Formats: sequence, structure tokens, C-alpha cells
Amino acid sequence: MNETATPQMQDQTLEDYTTADGRKIGGVMMDLKSITLRFGGLIAINDISFNIRQGEIRAIIGPNGAGKSSMLNVISGFYQPQEGEVWFMGKKRPTMRPYKVARQGIARTFQNIALFEGMTVLDNIMTGRLNFMKTGWVAQSIWLGSAKKEETINRQKVEEIIDFLEIQTIRKTPVGRLPYGLKKRVELARALAAEPNLLLLDEPMAGMNVEEKEDMSRFILDVNDEFGTTIALIEHDMGVVMDLSDRVVVMDYGKKIGDGTPDEVRNNQEVIEAYLGVSHD
Amino acid sequence: MSADFLYGIEVILNGLMAGVMYALVALGFVLIFKASGIFNFAQGVMALFAALTLVGIMEGQIPFSHLINEIFGTKIHNFGWEVPALLAIALTLLVMVAFAWAVQQFLFKHLVGQEPIILFMATIGLAYFLEGMGDLMWGSNIKTLDLGLPQGGSRVIEELSANLGGDDFYGFFIDKLDMVASVVAIILVLALIAFSQYTKHGRAMRAVADDHQAALSVGISLNFIWVLVWSLAGLVALVAGVMWGAKSGVQFSLSLIALKALPVLMLGGFTSIPGAIVGGLIIGVGEKLFEYTVGPMIGGATENWFAYVLALLFLVFRPQGLFGEKIIERV
Ligand SMILES: Nc1ncnc2c1ncn2[C@@H]1O[C@H](COP(=O)(O)OP(=O)(O)O)[C@@H](O)[C@H]1O
Ligand SMILES: [Mg+2]
Repeated sequence: MNETATPQMQDQTLEDYTTADGRKIGGVMMDLKSITLRFGGLIAINDISFNIRQGEIRAIIGPNGAGKSSMLNVISGFYQPQEGEVWFMGKKRPTMRPYKVARQGIARTFQNIALFEGMTVLDNIMTGRLNFMKTGWVAQSIWLGSAKKEETINRQKVEEIIDFLEIQTIRKTPVGRLPYGLKKRVELARALAAEPNLLLLDEPMAGMNVEEKEDMSRFILDVNDEFGTTIALIEHDMGVVMDLSDRVVVMDYGKKIGDGTPDEVRNNQEVIEAYLGVSHD
Repeated sequence: MSADFLYGIEVILNGLMAGVMYALVALGFVLIFKASGIFNFAQGVMALFAALTLVGIMEGQIPFSHLINEIFGTKIHNFGWEVPALLAIALTLLVMVAFAWAVQQFLFKHLVGQEPIILFMATIGLAYFLEGMGDLMWGSNIKTLDLGLPQGGSRVIEELSANLGGDDFYGFFIDKLDMVASVVAIILVLALIAFSQYTKHGRAMRAVADDHQAALSVGISLNFIWVLVWSLAGLVALVAGVMWGAKSGVQFSLSLIALKALPVLMLGGFTSIPGAIVGGLIIGVGEKLFEYTVGPMIGGATENWFAYVLALLFLVFRPQGLFGEKIIERV
């Protein structure tokens, strides 16, 4: 089956539209064009193109080793593709280091959780606000008052996020002592604190029990709904993917083998063979 | 109170003051090690270099004058002016920040992701480079650093405390320069803690110390933080260099103060700021008390080795240091 036979939906027709549950989807925010990423001889991403539209929840699925995390790493600047172009907000992005990408409003979580284990939950989430803190360190060191004021303003935002994700009780707990499921939630909180335009979630529900997964799904939907945050997420649980996402990219061995609505992808023969078959054996 | 007991207290006071300085030097190591995993062998030479630069600027020396004279056959040495101490300190600090930037830009930027031992070797090279640079810029003669700081024993303390004990107690002898040094060191240590706890860049610094990936993902530039920690280490080196230099002259042996920080680090752990402080105090008090009590029985000069023996004992029984997490190797 070749590319053109893969179902394509709003990719070509980019007019704004409103989803069945009333969320507004806009034009293309992130456009990945013919991305190829190699590690030595291994081709982790093989000439993949897809886009992410303003306001949507975009899932990336595929078997282990398909190159999903690599794709998120390309988007967040952690990996630099050998070929292809990344277009963000209508502009071609030059080779950009990850901290600069973050400052452009792209926040992320990691498949293997990357938190500041020695800091409290509150401090961890506060790091997400660093780019909103404008007072220079010289001013801060000389006049602690300005630092305090800034801290208070940013604290307020952080407290809102803490309430939103229902983690009030662990605010002062060092992250290293938290169970896995809560760590994932704190990582999401830190990403949200940056008030990102685009939120990248690498397997936000991996290793969670059913109840935790339901909570996390609800949070992701609420973030998208209430803040209008565009979200790209990698997830293995097909049920979750079908429930959450507006569109799905399917990867296998570094190639894109499907792209469309959950229904379209689910009924795509190549996807069924490559992925759905694998996950049920 | 018996005179012996009171002299014991004097020893402890002197130990605490020495300890504060050890803690300060150790902090220079901890800052860099926490943020980048680099054990900076050059920390001591940085103190020497800072002190040399301060003296040079104050005396209006022309940097590299020897080299310039050799090449151009000139005979220049001095600008012919003197720079006030405070301005000279500020300028020296600028030099240390420039040094921090250069170290990151030309050395460690190219060594990102290398093994710790490679990074350590690089700092050994850096130490010799900086030592040579100090000679080349300011000449290799011994210099005196005169900041106009108070010298000698404090009469006030001596007289006030004299009648605490009996006839054979003449009051505490506390060196004024040591007191000034301790006060400055305490202020600097507190300022560093406040900086790391309460400022934007302090939080970023702690974030980088904890997890590089996560720090990048929230928009922290590792490069910037590394320049920052090297600059702070430069500040610590400057203060340590000035205090030691004012006491015993600015010469090569000044760089050996770093050796005093090693046992402190073994005691306090390489990544713990409270550890460096408490470790410094324990070693300062420990070595002075040991010299006072046991020293006379075994021929004295115990201060040269006591700290290391204490640190070795610590390594055997608590390898993670005072405040480090217990290290449990997974098998
Ligand atoms: N930093 C890296 N260095 C070398 N190989 C890598 C690196 N990151 C990913 N890979 C390889 O790229 C392929 C895709 O990995 P990944 O993107 O993590 O897959 P997924 O997230 O879909 O499970 C795998 O073969 C993996 O081993
Ligand atoms: Mg992955």
C-alpha cells in the first residue's frame, strides 16, 4: 500500500472546524516535512511528514522501537534530524537547541520521567515558570523585594495548576519520594506551568493502573479543552488513543504507515497488520 | 574556670574560624561539581590567580609587561597609577567571570558528555595553564597584598576575657584578620545559599544539578548555568585568595589551600552545601583541638595530616559523606 492510499483527512483542507464536542481546531501549528533521523546505520525516522493543528490532540502510535519518542525529540529539539524541515507557527525553524525550543512555547514530558528528584513538587513545578521570571539575577541579588514579588505572581499560577491536577497534598514532598503515577502527574504539572502552545507527552499513562489512566485522560482532555493547548501524545493503550485524539499518526520501523482520524486508522489494513496485530498477540 | 579549659575554648574558636575558610573553599568545588559533575582541580590555582590579579590591578601593573618588553624591547612595567581596593576587587571579579566564560567556551563546551575522568584531567591541564598565565601576566615574584585589613590579636577581646579565668589565664588571643576573614566568608556562604534558594538563576542552577534533560525541557541553557557556576567558583576563589593572601602573601603556596578542601569534601560529600559547611567546621575545630591536646605528645605538626586521617576514617565508615544519600549498589 503506498502513501496516497493512506487515509488523509483535514491535512489538505485546512479550514478551521469545530469538533463534535465543541472544541475549535485551527490551522497547522507544527509541520514536519520529510524528516529523516539516523543513529549511525540505524534509521529511527524514515522520511516522515505530518502536521499538528492548532487546538487538536494528535496521537502518535506504533510498536516499540517504531521511532515515536525520536519524533517527539525532533520536535522538542533534543534530536536534530539529518534531513527534513520543521515548521512551527508558519516559520521554518533553524537548527535549534532544546532549551530554545522550550522557550518558544513547546513543553514536554519524558517516557522515563525526568524530574528534579531532590526538589519538592512545588519547586519542580516552579522551574516551569523560569522563562516568565524576567528580573535579572543581579537585580534579584541586590534587591530581594523584586524577586519576592515575581515569585508571588508565579507561585499563584503554579498553585492553580496544582489545584487543577489535584496534587495539593504533596506540594511540599520531595519528588524522589513519590510513587510513579504521581511523578507522571508532577511532570505534566511542570510542563503546564510553562503555559505552552504545544504540549508533548511521551507515554503519559505507561505503567499506570486503570484508575490512574482515567485520571490522566481526564486531565489531558481538560488541559486541551480549558486552556486550548495543542497536544501531541504517544500512547500504547488503543482505547485511550481512540478516546482522546482527534487524529492519529501510525509509525512502524521508522516509517509512517497511517495518518487520520482514529476510525480511519483503526480500519486501515496496513495499520491492523503492523500494529494492532502485534499488540494483541 | 580553669585556664586549660579556657585555652581549649580559644582553640575551638580559632578552629571554627579556620573551618569557615575551609568551608568556603570547599563550596567552590561543590558548586561546579553539582552542576556539571566536574571535579575542579584548578580551584586552588584560581584562588592564586585571583589574588595575583587583584594585587596587579591595585599596583597598576601592566599585564604581560615582561612578555611585551621581551618582544618589543620596551621597558614598561607600570601604568603609574594605583587602583583603590574596592574598584580593584570589582575588576578582578570581572576577570574571573571572563575566565569562567572562556573555560566554558573553549574547553568544557567541547567536552560535553565525556567521562568524569576526562573532565578531571582537563581541569588539571587548566590548573597548570592558569598558573602559567598568572606568572605571564603578573610576574612570578612573591607579592604582598595590603588591603588595609586589621592585623594582629584583638586587644578588646583579650582584655574583656582576661578575667574569666585565674591568674594564669591572660585572655583569648583572637587574630583580627582571622575574624574579618570569617565574617566575610560567612556572609559569602549565606549569600550563596540565598542565591541558590531564592533567585531565578539559583533555582535553574539546582535544576541543572539535578537533571540535565529536565532542565533543558523547561528552557534552561546548560551553557549559561555552567558559566554561572564557574563565575561563582571564581568569586569564592577571589575571596579565599584575598583572605589567605592578606595573611601569608600572594605566592604559589596559596594554591595549596585547595588541598584543605579535599578532606572537607570527603567528610561533607561532594554535592552537599550544608555538608561543605559542617565538614569545614568539623575539620577546622578537629585539627586545632587535636594539635592542642594530642599534638604535644607526638611531636606536633599534626595539622598537616589530621584532616586527611579523619577523612579516611569517614570514607571507610560513611562513604557517602555526612549528608549524602546512602549509596546502595544494585546487583
Ligand atoms: N539516542 C539514541 N541513540 C541511538 N539509538 C537511538 C537513540 N534514541 C533512539 N534510538 C533508536 O531509535 C529507534 C527508535 O527508538 P524510539 O524513538 O525510542 O522508539 P519508540 O519510542 O517508538 O519506542 C530504536 O531502535 C532506538 O534504539
Ligand atoms: Mg518511546
